[in-house]
This record gives sequence, C-alpha cells and structure tokens, in this order.
Amino acid sequence: MNELLDPLLLSRWQFGLTTIYHFLFVPLTIGLVTCTAIFQTAWYRTGKAHYLQLTHFFGKIFLINFAMGVVTGIVQEFQFGMNWSDYSRFVGDIFGAPLALEGLLAFFLEATFIGLWIFGWDRLPKGLHLATIWIVSVGSILSAYFILAANAFMQNPVGYHLNAAKGRAELTDLWAVLTNKVALAAFPHTIFGCFMVSAGLIIAVAAWHLSRNNHLETMRPALTFGLWLMVGAGIGTVLSGDQLGLAMVETQPMKMAAAEALYKTSTGADASFSIFTLGTPDGVHELFSIRVPYLLSFLSTHSLNGTVEGINDLQAQYTQLYGPGDYTPTIWITYWAFRWMIGLGMLHVAIAVVGLWLTRKGRTPTRAWQWKIAIWAMPLSLLAMIVGWIFTEMGRQPWIVFSLMKTADGVSPGTTGIEVLISLVAFTAIYGTLAVVEFKLIKRAAQKGPEPIEKHLDDAGEPIPVATVY
Amino acid sequence: MDLAVLWFGIVAFFFVGYFVLDGFDFGVGMALPFLGRDDVDRRVMINTIGPVWDLNETWVIVGGAALFAAFPEWYATLFSGFYLALLLILLALIVRGVSFEYRHQRAGARWKKWFDGMIIVGSAVPAFLWGVAFANIVQGVALNANHDYTGTLFDLLNGYAIVGGLTTLLLFFTHGVVFISLKTDGDLRVRARRLAARSGAVAIVVAAVFLGWTAISHFSPVFLALAIFAAVALVASWIANLRGAEGWSFGFMAATIALAVVSLFAALFPDVMPSSPNPENSLTIANASSSQTTLTIMTWVAAIFLPLILVYQGFTYWIFRKRVTRDHIPQEAPEAGGTDDTQQPVTA
Repeated sequence: MNELLDPLLLSRWQFGLTTIYHFLFVPLTIGLVTCTAIFQTAWYRTGKAHYLQLTHFFGKIFLINFAMGVVTGIVQEFQFGMNWSDYSRFVGDIFGAPLALEGLLAFFLEATFIGLWIFGWDRLPKGLHLATIWIVSVGSILSAYFILAANAFMQNPVGYHLNAAKGRAELTDLWAVLTNKVALAAFPHTIFGCFMVSAGLIIAVAAWHLSRNNHLETMRPALTFGLWLMVGAGIGTVLSGDQLGLAMVETQPMKMAAAEALYKTSTGADASFSIFTLGTPDGVHELFSIRVPYLLSFLSTHSLNGTVEGINDLQAQYTQLYGPGDYTPTIWITYWAFRWMIGLGMLHVAIAVVGLWLTRKGRTPTRAWQWKIAIWAMPLSLLAMIVGWIFTEMGRQPWIVFSLMKTADGVSPGTTGIEVLISLVAFTAIYGTLAVVEFKLIKRAAQKGPEPIEKHLDDAGEPIPVATVY
Repeated sequence: MDLAVLWFGIVAFFFVGYFVLDGFDFGVGMALPFLGRDDVDRRVMINTIGPVWDLNETWVIVGGAALFAAFPEWYATLFSGFYLALLLILLALIVRGVSFEYRHQRAGARWKKWFDGMIIVGSAVPAFLWGVAFANIVQGVALNANHDYTGTLFDLLNGYAIVGGLTTLLLFFTHGVVFISLKTDGDLRVRARRLAARSGAVAIVVAAVFLGWTAISHFSPVFLALAIFAAVALVASWIANLRGAEGWSFGFMAATIALAVVSLFAALFPDVMPSSPNPENSLTIANASSSQTTLTIMTWVAAIFLPLILVYQGFTYWIFRKRVTRDHIPQEAPEAGGTDDTQQPVTA
C-alpha cells in the first residue's frame, strides 16, 4: 500500500503520462500550422482554388488539435511547482527564464494571432491575413526552442553556478543556456520530427480519400506534398539525430550505453549496434542478437575505431564522483525505445520514397494494400516521436538535472501520496475521455474532406466572411 | 530600484491582465444558463469571446512562468501547497477550453448541451477558486521552515477565503454580463443589462464584506486607498450599466478588478506568502526572488516585449470590436449522413 502511495512514483507517472499526452498534440500543432501556412501561401501566390481548400481543410484539423495542445500545456507548466517544488526551488533561477521567454515571445504570439487567423479571413487584407498564420508558425517553433533549451539544461547543465547559501543553482550565462549543445541538436531533431508527424497525417488522410477516388483535385497534390515532406523531414531528422547522438555521448555517456545495453566498454568492431536482441528480462544476459559491427562506434564517435564506454565502467565512475547509488537507467526501456524510434522513423522515410516512386508522373497505386500501408503506417510517426522522448527522459534517470539533482530529491516534500493519486486518476480519466472525443472529431473532419471552393470564396473571388466560428 | 520589487509589480501586472481579461470569459461562460435562451443566443455569447479567449487565458501561463522565473520559491510553495485547488482549476480550464472548440463540431442538441455544461462549470470553478487562493495568500497559510504548506485543502476553504471566492465569482460574472451587453445587440443585450444590474448589486454587497474583512485584518493605508478606489469603480460600473453606458460600465468593471488585484498585492507587500501562525517562515520578496542576473535579463526582456504584446493584443481587440448578433449565426442543418454545416460561413 505504501508503495502505491509513494508521491515520487506517482508524480513520475503523472508527469510521464501528462507529458506524453501533451506531446500527442504538440508535433501536429507545430507541423500542421506550418503546412497550412504553406498551402495558404501557395494560394496567395497562384490563386489556385485547391490550395485554399487545402488551407481550410488542414487548418480545421489543426484547430481541433490546437485547443487540446493549449489546455494540456497549462498542466505542464503548473506541474513543476505542484509536483516538483524542490526541483523548482533548485533550478528556478535558470529554468524559469526560458519558460518566461517562451511565454512572452512565443505563447502570446500564437494565442493572439491564431484568433486573428481564424476570424480574420474577411477583416484583414489578404497579405496581412497570410502573415498571421506564419506568425503562429514562428511562435510555435520559437516555443519549441525555449522549452528544449530548458530541457537541455536538465540533460546537460551549463551557464550556472551553485549558490551553497541558498541551496540552489543560479544563472551566470543565459547565452550558454540558450546555446547548450544539447538544445542546438535537439531543436532541429524535434522540429523535423514534428514535420514527419504532420507529413504522416497528410499522407494518411490523402491516401484515404484517393483510395476511394474522392477529392482528387485536392488530395493528389496533398499526397505529393506529404511524401516529399516526409522524405525531406526524415533526412533532417536523421542528420540532426546524429548530432544529438554525438552530444549525448559527450554529455551523458550513460544514456548511450543504456540505449545499446552495452555493459562493457567496447572499441571498434566490438562496439557493434544490435538491431534486435532477445535477452533475460533484466537485460544483462543476451540470448539472441542481430548485430552490425562498428556501427555503435561510428554513431557515438564518428570513427570506426572509437571507444564506447559501457554501463559497468560508468557506474563505477559515477559512484566515485557522486557517491554510492544506482546510476543506470531502466535498460529495457531505453534499449527498446531507442530502436523503435529509429526503426519507425526509417520505415516512414522508406515508405514515403516508395510512395513517391509509385506516384511518379501522375501514376496512381492500384493495389488496395499499398493504400492501406499509407493509411495505417503513417500515423505511427507519432509513436516514433513519443518513444524518442521516453528514451530521452528515461535515459536521464536517476537524475532530474544530470549530475546536480536526483529525481527523488526534486519531488514536492509537502504533497502527499493521496493528493498525487487523486490528480493522477483525475488526469487519466479526463485525458482518456477527451482523447476519444478528439480522435473521433479529427477522424470525422478528415474523412469529410475539403469543402467546395464556394464555401470559402464569393463570386468576386473574395473570402466569405467568417462572422462566427464557434 | 530593487529589481525584485519591480518583478513583484510585474507579477501583479500579469495577474491584473489575467483577471481583467479571462475574468469576462469566465463571466460569459457562467452566464450561459442565465442569458442563453436558445442555441443561437448561446452561440452569440460564445462568439463574443471567440477570437480572444485563448489569448486571455495565455496571461495565466505567462504569469505563472514569470512567477517561476522571478520568484521560484513563491512559485514552488504556492503551486505545491495549493495542490488540489490548482488541480481543480486546471481540470476546469481543460474542459472549458476544449468545449469551446468541440461544441460547434456537431449539430446535435445533446452534444451541445453537454459542452454547455462543461463551459459553465469550467468557468465557475476557476472564478471561485482563484478568489479563494488569493484570499488565502493574503491571509497567510501555515508554512514550515522549508516554506512548504502544511495544511490541507479544507484549511483553504475558511470563511474569509470563501467570501473572497464569492467576490471574484460575482465580479467576474458581472464583468462577463456587462461584456455581453457591450458586444451583442437586440434582446440579448437588453437582458444582459438587466442581469448586470442585479448581479452587480449582489457583487457590491459581497465585495464590501470582503473589503471590510481584509481592511480589519491587513490594515495599511495603501491597501485601503486602493480598495476604496476599487469599490468606487464597482459602484460607478453599476450606475453606468443602469444608465445604458455599456462601454463605461465595462471600463469601470475592468478598473474594479485591476484595483482589487493591486490592492491585494499591496496588502501582501513586502511579503509574497506570509506564514501564519509562524511568521518567521514567511516568504518575502527578498527571500523568494531569483538572482540579480536572472532578474536583470528578465527585466530587459519584459521591457522590450511587454509593450509589443500590448500593442498586438490591442490590435486584435480593435479588429474584433463589432457587436455579434443573432444574424451572424448561420442556420444549422440537422445532422445527417455525417455532414457538418456548423462552420458554414455566412455573408453579413
């Protein structure tokens, strides 16, 4: 019973669940708003009707998704204080600044200009109205940057000194915090990932309609757009992921060792990368494995003869540095999350490349299973993103701020297990219910397809007023 | 000037912005069952805040982040201490926000009724609980040496705090109803004026009790002066409403809320979270604030971006200054075969 009511364990579950849930909406918001802006720009420049239809169509899906992103985002900010008050006290001097910057520079922009975009079709000049959606896009990307800079401090603390009298870390160099090497690599990696997720949605929706021979004039260009975006964003994700991997090896070697479940320090061919491994549940003993020699060495150091430190050595090293304790993350989670992230990402790019081939020069796939793969596999890009975050955050454990504070020391001392249990149950219930409604609404809007152009433009070609949306 | 004191003022400014702006959103939500005679009425009401509720709500997000950055100790103590109260506020804000977006996605009456209910509850709960929270902050709560709150949710629901909660509930309710009279036309506008006259009268009485109670327990000339100004503005708003001066009534109501928030911060000064009964555990501006480095940087950021933010938010309000009427609400096709005409735009 006591273990069930452990505020630390419950707070971790709550933070994990609410963050993953919040992050179901973030990538779609960031990616889809930019895609919508691109469609609207294409309409603005060419005047072609189908671009405007696509703007409204994906804009609507984006908006259903946006409200959830906003309200679940408030939970994220409040939780640091509610469940992790000692963490907040310890890092607030540094961690609060990027959050406040995020609010002042990004959230206000997003929230204000999204209202202008939704309701402003006929009230703003066309160019200005186009600018509003781009401002929302810039705002959402900026917000990602600041929150990733805050997160990067937890992975690789920089730009601070410890104030022993106050018992906290204090900011010495904001520029160092904002240009943290982990943030600089994680930012493009995340943004490209967001575009992959959005591309996945666009491809799936377009494929669903095209396989039924519906909305060809809008969905065909949408499919092509989505496929190219998936390939482009996929390449960007791989390249930035490579950089992030190097930064990780340098700053958190334990995380890389945990990603590979590498217990012994290995060099060269021995530093192999296992694509698939069956082992004992604790991950210590290997039963079966498919391995690529040198690959781990190359990923970690960009050299075939590099040395990758193993968990056992790192554990010994950390015990000396930070005192007795277990410094190993939960291996089966990091190992499999890392593989699912990479595997799914690669799979999506591969499917998109095949898709481009099948649809080259106006060709259309004729086989039902080909469409089915596009419809069912693409949404999994969201899963790739989620397991990526699970890897990043679980791989940081037992630290809440690497090398400075353990997760167990960050939890709110005054908050009881009962309180956290109540909130965990409440969030789970409400989030679960809303997820069902949200999914049904998005599915409905997506399956309905784009509206005819007469719904958006009058006879003179001017936008029809949007007097009321709600 | 002491930057921590300046940030005490900036935090106050964010809460003023939040309560003045989201305050009328809460009021519009709470007024749905009182003024919305049919679905068209209710849609008119929701559309008056349609383009702005999101940016209004963002004030609390930015305010919370400013609190975190400038006063980490205050943020940590307040948010962990008022855990269940804040949980209720969060849940309410979640269901309210998504209900605005979900409500119009389908035409069915049951569907809409369900989300109307969520909007009403989602508006009333925070309107009440924010008052409870602020009354408790001013009154002082039990803190230990680590500045952790040692009481429970039920300790927060004391008599003084409940009067504080009712005060904000009634102020926000009236604020929203006056906003509806300012932003709609026809029958709804007339009924909103009448309702504001009644709810305003109740608000005046309850606010007077809260003011008197606060003045007795936290007497300071600055607080009293500000609180009296707030009271005068409240009465002025009520009179302006009776005389049909909707703009003035709304302006005075905004001033009432702003002055009330400022007066509560003045009553706090120089504490940020007084501890009662152990005053030596109190959080003050001095012991709760961030380092000079952080405050200096944040001051620059605020100095550059706050004016810009005010300009573009003002621009939004100016763009959407027109009244929303029943004529603006498109006829809704009954739901059949998955068609959804609720977003059908209409020529004004």
